[in-house]
Amino acid sequence: MADASYPEDLLYHPEHDWARIDGDVATLGVTWYAQDALGEVVFFDPPEVGKNITKDEPYAEVESVKAVSDVVAPLSGEIVEVNTGLSDNPETINEDAYGSGWLVKIRMSDPSERDGLMGQSEYVATLTS
Amino acid sequence: MADPLLRTPLHDRHVAAGAKVVPFAGWEMPVQYTGVLEEHRTVRESVGVFDVSHMGEVETTGPGALDFLQRVLSNDVSRIAVGGAQYSLLCKEDGGVLDDLFTYRLGPERYLTVTNAANHPKDLAWLQQQAERFDCEVTDRAQDHAMLAVQGPLARETVQVMSDRPLPAKFKAEPRLVLGREVLVCGTGYTGEDGVELLTRPEDAGVIWDELMRRGAKPIGLAARDTLRLEVCFHLYGNDLMESRGPIEAGLGWACKEDTGFIGAEAVRAVREAGPQEKLVPFVMTAGGLARQGNPVVGGGEVTSGTMGPSLGVGIGMAYVPAEKATPGTPFEIDVRGKTRPAEVHTKPLYSKETP
Repeated sequence: MADASYPEDLLYHPEHDWARIDGDVATLGVTWYAQDALGEVVFFDPPEVGKNITKDEPYAEVESVKAVSDVVAPLSGEIVEVNTGLSDNPETINEDAYGSGWLVKIRMSDPSERDGLMGQSEYVATLTS
Repeated sequence: MADPLLRTPLHDRHVAAGAKVVPFAGWEMPVQYTGVLEEHRTVRESVGVFDVSHMGEVETTGPGALDFLQRVLSNDVSRIAVGGAQYSLLCKEDGGVLDDLFTYRLGPERYLTVTNAANHPKDLAWLQQQAERFDCEVTDRAQDHAMLAVQGPLARETVQVMSDRPLPAKFKAEPRLVLGREVLVCGTGYTGEDGVELLTRPEDAGVIWDELMRRGAKPIGLAARDTLRLEVCFHLYGNDLMESRGPIEAGLGWACKEDTGFIGAEAVRAVREAGPQEKLVPFVMTAGGLARQGNPVVGGGEVTSGTMGPSLGVGIGMAYVPAEKATPGTPFEIDVRGKTRPAEVHTKPLYSKETP
């Protein structure tokens, strides 16, 4: 993705993750800032469906040529789906971070956790401060 | 306070080209421009230019220059003709590797040795200390050179049109006028592609860089330099070579001629005759994932270099493994941050033009 973008309809975690909430299911991914800092993603190691993840703790790894980075969970819950397309095309995380580059979907265990996340303008302010 | 980082004469050009600039071995160096995968492909398919001005140079001159270099370098320096180049190792008495180097013979009693940036001060001190008993001068020339590596299938024709005479062949190094500037053109590189390395005066590097860009060469960062060299199994000092390991286990016995009596020859000979305990092997990941430097090999050994091989599309690397497990085709496992991932010993190089 050439230009920075941060959709208004997402919730953001300070570790540069986003969450899109639909009922009790949340789709998770990494932000433009995260994929830009990481560089071209060459490997995504997804967690297993059924695994429970915990807010603020790493739940997956993304790797660029130079480095491996933990992906931190913005919300807690059970993984109900992983983006299997990323195993063959991990660069989708760079190309479409908020769309086809999503990482996992979880069934939230504590929907009130969303209140601890940031909106778009608040998150963007953390990037420029 | 840490010393301020050094900048190459091309620093402003890197910034203007949008490079991500990072600290590396005491220098501010461009790690990537447009993206490591694209830059890697450019060198495999057309022509790229690396600013490697951070590398050091040491000049040895005088009647005793050959005898001295024969004593400190592992290879047979007497085999380098004027205009020739040779790879060798700088070893300690115990055979441990202090650095790996290219030496160019500039004249009958004049040699230029290129050092790794991080090792340059250590190498210089070692060489000057060893030179005391020889009739030669060892001079630090790092400040007198910029270095551009022009690499890729179109590298030679791109540089040729800028040169006054035909370029030196592979493993030759001769002075040429490039854009009218005196340049030592070396038929060497670190990518597995054809190409040349240009040792220029610092003040001449900019115009040569600009003309290479104008002729279609693309700037390539250190990240792609690492993936390119690893695909063809060239050693990186600090990863695959170190003071605590010797040349034989690193697979560099071909660069050691013990009969020359170099410092460390007896230790190297002993390992060669007895066989090393561990050997450095290239590997590919056979079920996905990437291994990284420092990951343990299950059953003994460790990964010294590991990343994605962009031309191969799989995780690749080099690892020290027990000698009995070093045969190509041997499966083994790597502990990647607690997850066991399968790999297989591969033949050298991992990538070649002939590989489909």
